[in-house]
Amino acid sequence: MSKIIEGLLYSDSHEWVKVDGDVAVIGVSDFAQAEMGDITYVDMPEVDDEVTKGEDFGALESVKASSELYSPVSGVVVEVNEALEDAPELVNEDAFANWIIKVKMSDKSELDDLMDAAAYAEIAK
Amino acid sequence: MKYYDRLIFELSKSGRRAYTLPASADPASRFAIPAGLLRAEAPALPEVSEVDVVRHYTNLSQMNFGVDTGFYPLGSCTMKYNPKINEEIAAMPAFQGIHPLQDESTVQGVLEVYYQMDKALSAITGMKHFTLNPCAGAHGELTGLMVMRSYHASRGDFARTKVIVPDSAHGTNPASAAVCGLSIVEVKSNASGLVDVEDLKPLLGPDIAGIMMTNPNTLGLFEKDIREIASLVHDCGGLLYYDGANMNPLLGVVRPGDMGFDIMHLNLHKTFSTPHGGGGPGSGPVGVADRLAEFLPTPKVVEENGRYRIVGDAPLSAGQVSGYMGNFGVILRAYAYILMLGKQHLALAGKLATLGANYIKESLKDAYKLPIPSVCKHEFVFDGLIDDGSATGKPGATTLDVAKRLLDFGFHAPTIYFPLLFHQALMIEPTETESKETLDAFIDVMHEIAREAAEDPDILHGAPHNAPISRPDETMAARRPVLKYQDELS
Repeated sequence: MSKIIEGLLYSDSHEWVKVDGDVAVIGVSDFAQAEMGDITYVDMPEVDDEVTKGEDFGALESVKASSELYSPVSGVVVEVNEALEDAPELVNEDAFANWIIKVKMSDKSELDDLMDAAAYAEIAK
Repeated sequence: MKYYDRLIFELSKSGRRAYTLPASADPASRFAIPAGLLRAEAPALPEVSEVDVVRHYTNLSQMNFGVDTGFYPLGSCTMKYNPKINEEIAAMPAFQGIHPLQDESTVQGVLEVYYQMDKALSAITGMKHFTLNPCAGAHGELTGLMVMRSYHASRGDFARTKVIVPDSAHGTNPASAAVCGLSIVEVKSNASGLVDVEDLKPLLGPDIAGIMMTNPNTLGLFEKDIREIASLVHDCGGLLYYDGANMNPLLGVVRPGDMGFDIMHLNLHKTFSTPHGGGGPGSGPVGVADRLAEFLPTPKVVEENGRYRIVGDAPLSAGQVSGYMGNFGVILRAYAYILMLGKQHLALAGKLATLGANYIKESLKDAYKLPIPSVCKHEFVFDGLIDDGSATGKPGATTLDVAKRLLDFGFHAPTIYFPLLFHQALMIEPTETESKETLDAFIDVMHEIAREAAEDPDILHGAPHNAPISRPDETMAARRPVLKYQDELS
């Protein structure tokens, strides 16, 4: 049983969002990292890149597969988690502590389309 | 298998040489090499004798596994036996010793091979013309999509920016579309593993450049709704692209042109028995229907009064996709295969491949989960063991464990964890050249492995037990790759 944290929002493509004012902190769920297996590379955008809800902003690569990361919101990247460049295994170790990007949201109403922890628990099994 | 793991650098002894050349006075001044391009120190090359080199590489080569050493049922990749007559013909000095810039009059035979190969592939597939220039399957996909774009652009239709790709497609399909500047729309498979026509319909419209399909698809199943799909896609103004990766079972039986496809590629290194694997040269000829012929890449070979000419000028062409005209050595080997088999026996190749795959599938479905039980084509997919041994209280044996255990019995592992539709996918393709005895030996071993898994899955977890290396740390190899030898002393 994978870990799911209350208070975060989730997408059906297994990203989580923590809302911090106008900024969305985005990572992948514990379920996603477990499905991927040992992650070997995190492909991330650069600061100031624009991301669009539902479109890919990067990818996770594991020994098993490569999987795209889909942005749950639209906006501009304000920070990327540079620690993942040298230590992609951090995502396996704690997928919730090790966020991937922070996005300044252009339309906070997009958050309404995301799931709460209870709804996400239904699909992450 | 003997064990040999030394690096050529480890054999090095200072001052040892295979050949000693006369001392050169001052090579830098002799060749007028600018000072800035001269290295200050000699490169750290291994210093070895000739016999050291020969033994080193012969030992390494004996640790290799290929279709010449054993059964290689690598689904989706088609490790088909490469007949040796292909090699004999390709080694003929008149083919081997030529240069692409030679005058046309001195390479008429080579140009004839190009010309006749275009005719042969067109006849086999029901297309009008082929370009032989693309150097691999994915290169063929890109070339075919460039033809698709050129066609729409020639009609002034620039709104078609999307390509439909089934969820069962080879990963190269969406990748090729993206490289060609097109965006990808996914169409789902239905419960039978085929493209879901009802899911397809709402995707079709004036923004669709075309659809890419593999038939039989990556599950080894024939897309039997292809005629309906073709007319739906054509009605919306799109084109149909045929990924020829799975052409093997259809050789001489069904033609993509007759199914309604407009553009296609073939993998000569799969279907037409040329060497394959290890990143060796491939060839991905692209064929098109009549109305698209003028968009094919250049240069191409034409015939006039019994003489052959290379033509580079074609105003609507998608452009040049490779240096000169692709990998001629591969085209030549494939042409030899086609001529050796002829029309009648090419059709038999596909049928034998299909028979072999179905024989294995039916023989093993009592021990391995068969998610799609219908008759397959040249390959099929199991979804792991029926009894993985977890009832013993130990962790169950996975598809990876089965694949590793097969190595102990002298077989190459099948393709695993592809296609992605199944979690424990194990994809088997025997090809047409394997005898019933070989297939039976493989089936016996697969049954034996299933018995081991049920009784003690740890036998599989520890496999391979007989290989020189058991299980390398793939994760560390990907995270912290060591890509080159580093002299400990430097």
